[in-house]
Amino acid sequence: MSSATMSARPWTDRARSGLWLQRNGVYVAVLVLLVFNLLFTANFLSTANFRTQLLQAAPVVIVGLGMALVIGTEGVDLSVGAVMALSAALIPLYLGYGVFAAIAVALLAGLLAGMFNGLLVAYIGVQPIVATLAFLVGGRGLALVIAHGQLVEVDNSTLLSLGTNDVLGIPVTVLIAAVLSVLVGLLVQRSTFGRRLVAVGGNRTASALAGLPVRKVLFGVYAISGLLAAIAGVLATARLGASDPADTGLLMELSAITAVVVGGTPLTGGRVRILGTVMGAVLMQLVRATLIKHNLPDSTAQMVQAVIIVVAVYSARERSTR
Amino acid sequence: MTTTSTSPAPPAAAQTAAPVSDTRREQTALLLQRQGAAIVLIAVLIIAWLSFPTFGTQDNLSDLALQSSFLAVIALGMTFVIITGGIDLSVGSVYALGGVLAAYGSQWGLAGALLLPLVVCGLIGLVNGLLVAYTGMAPFIVTLASLLFARGLLLAITHEGSTTYKISSSAVLTRVVRASFLGLGSPVWITLLLFAIGTVVLRRTRFGQSVFAIGGAENSALLMGLPVLRTKVSVYALSGLLSGFAGILTAGYLESGVTTIGVGTELDAISVVVIGGTLLTGGAGSVLGTVIGVLLRDVIQNIINQIGSLDSNYQSVVSGGFLLVVVVIQRLLARTGSA
Repeated sequence: MSSATMSARPWTDRARSGLWLQRNGVYVAVLVLLVFNLLFTANFLSTANFRTQLLQAAPVVIVGLGMALVIGTEGVDLSVGAVMALSAALIPLYLGYGVFAAIAVALLAGLLAGMFNGLLVAYIGVQPIVATLAFLVGGRGLALVIAHGQLVEVDNSTLLSLGTNDVLGIPVTVLIAAVLSVLVGLLVQRSTFGRRLVAVGGNRTASALAGLPVRKVLFGVYAISGLLAAIAGVLATARLGASDPADTGLLMELSAITAVVVGGTPLTGGRVRILGTVMGAVLMQLVRATLIKHNLPDSTAQMVQAVIIVVAVYSARERSTR
Repeated sequence: MTTTSTSPAPPAAAQTAAPVSDTRREQTALLLQRQGAAIVLIAVLIIAWLSFPTFGTQDNLSDLALQSSFLAVIALGMTFVIITGGIDLSVGSVYALGGVLAAYGSQWGLAGALLLPLVVCGLIGLVNGLLVAYTGMAPFIVTLASLLFARGLLLAITHEGSTTYKISSSAVLTRVVRASFLGLGSPVWITLLLFAIGTVVLRRTRFGQSVFAIGGAENSALLMGLPVLRTKVSVYALSGLLSGFAGILTAGYLESGVTTIGVGTELDAISVVVIGGTLLTGGAGSVLGTVIGVLLRDVIQNIINQIGSLDSNYQSVVSGGFLLVVVVIQRLLARTGSA
């Protein structure tokens, strides 16, 4: 009833364009920044530069995908950085059994960590923020204990090629991020799981009453987020050429949440925007790069990021109340 | 337009209020949730006392109290915020910023070292509160933004972290902070005083009652005519002020504004508050519980240091594991309580 009257209400042009801008603000912002840089930044239009920007954004994109799913269910996953560290710490331990075994163990650890979070949130009913906070605190400690707090160089050529090689001129890391984005996008748009996820995020009680497997969906979402974080951890290790549990994924949870939120996924759940998340990560990377290339210091970059987050969330809020 | 407008509603609240049944099981559950941390703290203290001869020495204990005091001040503000059902992620950055500003301001004497950080950190908290209260944005995201902002401001002041401002060891601030009375450092006494005031404010004032009411049921608090918006703004401003003050104490103690402190401190603060029995859902909690949470964290750290052979990274493993156990037990107890 109410939705019918809402849509029947004639939108004024101003309201319509405002709504359009709120929905597509992140794309417009990326476009504006690109044009600005093409015009005013020296050496911006070079393959090397685009490579660097995309390589920098790729881990945030991968982790952001999982975060977008979690936020879509009205949750949050603070553990992603620690999961990255854990998977990085495990790689050198199992490299002796071959590179694929090492990667498999690292990914399995991430999946288990995510399942553990999912268990706490879905079946025990712990608030997502605390459940994943516990792993943030404990997980990195565990990674450091495993690695004896040390950086270990990795000299496996297959693993290193993940971080440095190109396929058709595109870095492998970026390709993996792109493939994962498409997969997660399909998961949200085309699968039953995706539909259920959005329903659970929109109204958990109604979903439960409608007979949806709410707990399984929540559990699955955190498991996916853990797995994606572990993939990002493996790629970070490959790029660095070393397993560095002290620094890998540090503050990644904040970057990922920022990408998701700037990309237009509301923190209140019930909507997941995968392309928006990817663009959110690209936007934040572009902002940082633009400021650095124009010799503005890191301090300014951080303050600008803060303002962007507030503005993005403020406009998303207007949409939801309308 | 909204059809379900405010027609004078009958007082239905009285009917829906469940009859209070004080079964023994519920009481035990409540007691465990409120006092669980205290019981564990006592147990841990006894074990440490018996196992390590150096644990009970006056030096070790006063050291422990001193180290706990800085986090305790931050966690005090966090307790208020969490009881209203909010969260403040900016405290770690604001704490570091407060320290740097205190050192920078110390060139204008004690007044500069105190006023500059308190004004700036208080303002950051105030902006947090205004955004949370008046725009309805999630506290989580507002304070995440100010986490970045405060750290950026800190870097801007310190020339991207390359300058460390010093405080002269003869300055009033350092002399006060480094002094000790009755074997305990003055930060410990200051912290105790702040917690005493905090308890009175939370338990015995109108403001404190509003804090609880908002966390319990915000809409009801609004309908009852409580100053919901003002109270929300106040708790975030208070959290900013206290974090800045903790920064001042740290700067005074270290005789400089160290730029690298405070990373992840917000998470430490949240976990000690939760371990102390304050519910993250808001509406319940205590300042005393937070003290116990802080002490528990630092006693465990102390024990790990005493063992010596253990990797110091076990500290965070134990902290994370402990937080986990606490929230799971809280959750299970809440179930038995409501069943």
